[in-house]
Amino acid sequence: MSLQQFINEAVSPWMKEDGPDSDIVLSSRIRLARNFAHVPFPIIASEDQLGKILEFFSQEFEHQAFGDYQRFELVQISDLKPIEKRVLVEKHLISPNLAENTDTGAALISQNEQVSVMINEEDHIRIQLYYPGLQLERALDKASEFDNWLEEKIDYAFDEKRGYLTSCPTNVGTGMRASVMMHLPALVLTQQMNQVIPAINQLGLVVRGIYGEGSEALGNIFQISNQITLGKSEQDIVEDLKSVVQQLIERERNARQMIMNQSGIKLEDKIFRSYGVLAHSRVIESKEASRCLSDVRLGIDLGLIQNVSKTILNELMVLTQPGFLQQYAKKALSPEERDVRRAELIRERLKLEKE
Amino acid sequence: MECQECHQRPATVHFTQVINGNKTEVHLCEPCAQEKGYMMDQYGGDFSIGNLLSGLFNFESSPLTSGHSTTFTPNSGLKCEKCGMTYDEFKRTGKFGCAHCYQTFDAQIDPILRRVHSGNTRHNGKIPERMGGNLHIQRELERYRGELQDLIQREEFEKAAKIRDKIRSLENELNRKKDGEE
Ligand SMILES: [Zn+2]
Ligand SMILES: [Zn+2]
Repeated sequence: MSLQQFINEAVSPWMKEDGPDSDIVLSSRIRLARNFAHVPFPIIASEDQLGKILEFFSQEFEHQAFGDYQRFELVQISDLKPIEKRVLVEKHLISPNLAENTDTGAALISQNEQVSVMINEEDHIRIQLYYPGLQLERALDKASEFDNWLEEKIDYAFDEKRGYLTSCPTNVGTGMRASVMMHLPALVLTQQMNQVIPAINQLGLVVRGIYGEGSEALGNIFQISNQITLGKSEQDIVEDLKSVVQQLIERERNARQMIMNQSGIKLEDKIFRSYGVLAHSRVIESKEASRCLSDVRLGIDLGLIQNVSKTILNELMVLTQPGFLQQYAKKALSPEERDVRRAELIRERLKLEKE
Repeated sequence: MECQECHQRPATVHFTQVINGNKTEVHLCEPCAQEKGYMMDQYGGDFSIGNLLSGLFNFESSPLTSGHSTTFTPNSGLKCEKCGMTYDEFKRTGKFGCAHCYQTFDAQIDPILRRVHSGNTRHNGKIPERMGGNLHIQRELERYRGELQDLIQREEFEKAAKIRDKIRSLENELNRKKDGEE
């Protein structure tokens, strides 16, 4: 397979589109947790009961279409090789938790990969819907329409007092988790995140670094999501999240401007050094790769680097994860081998841009 | 910002916890967050409770002390008749077994919900399009009744009469539907 083909498979079609404020907001996501009213939740249900849910989805929704979402495929975890599972996790189409349910886990995925319905995760149904850039309201509207479409055929576990009933009390009520992925290199560089994070927390929102196995926010990419799902309407939750995100965008833009004004040449130097590392290194760890990718993406947004597509950050953050590296290599790789492959893949990818 | 537990790794999980209306900031590294039971699944963006619950139950059984002594909880005999989940099991896992558990443990879960949802215990969002038929009408009725009160207070009787007609027709619709169900 050529690298271009591989990338095409690795990057979901919806990710290639441009969205509002996409210089800072990489994507918006709405997740809705739903359950069947008369089947025990997955933690306690029998394999037989969960198997019937799977069968129901296969009969009612496989190869169906809803609006823009063409031809849903039902991907059963039991049919996947370990590397294939890992790739779906790295694409955020399924959760690591679902990947472990090798008996009855499945995902109903639209052709453009904008919608993924996880089946028999912690809840029977978890609808995930993505939009590029900051488009929370649009994502909410679409997710809600899609939810209604499923509900035509499913009796949901719903209670007037507690709302949509979920296995974990942290999701009950709306069952909704709205989140945005933001690239905030200037706030990190100017050490503002330390003040920003507690302020956001005060508003009932959760901030976390994503990518990597813990420790730091790799690639200066942060996920911001609502903590509360009960007692507020979906619209209010999204509105509150959006207003915080807009303030963060403002702050990040100001910080970028400030750094450019105060130490433009140093920033330019940092960005081009990182570009050099990505273009020429032979061994690179994921931590260094994500730092350099973040720099290069900032360089693109500031107009310092031209002729490199903006999607390179999202794309290579996903492509250089262990699952994808191994799929590209078509074999299992030791961490050291991965670092070599990672460097190679990034070099090739950058060459592709110049052609 | 460093992790407030181990003071070694940088904190990457940040949130506010509300206990009895008091907000506390929590900043942890991933390993400590996992260990303390504040698991955040980055893919589902989930927030599960685990140890948070056991902490709460200690508090529930002895509200005046914050110590870790576990005393006898009278709720431990409770069991969901639909799925067999006991209250003890729920406390241990932090997860319900089925939709009916919410009714079985209804009297016990308000403090938990309040703690996780910033003091809220009642749903205020979407109602299922198809199944929530009567609920949609009831919500609309509540809204009109409030409006009616306002109009009467402001002595706008002509408008009030119109609203009252709307309320009557909704009430009729609701009764018809309820009869249909029986
Ligand atoms: Zn720690
Ligand atoms: Zn139950």
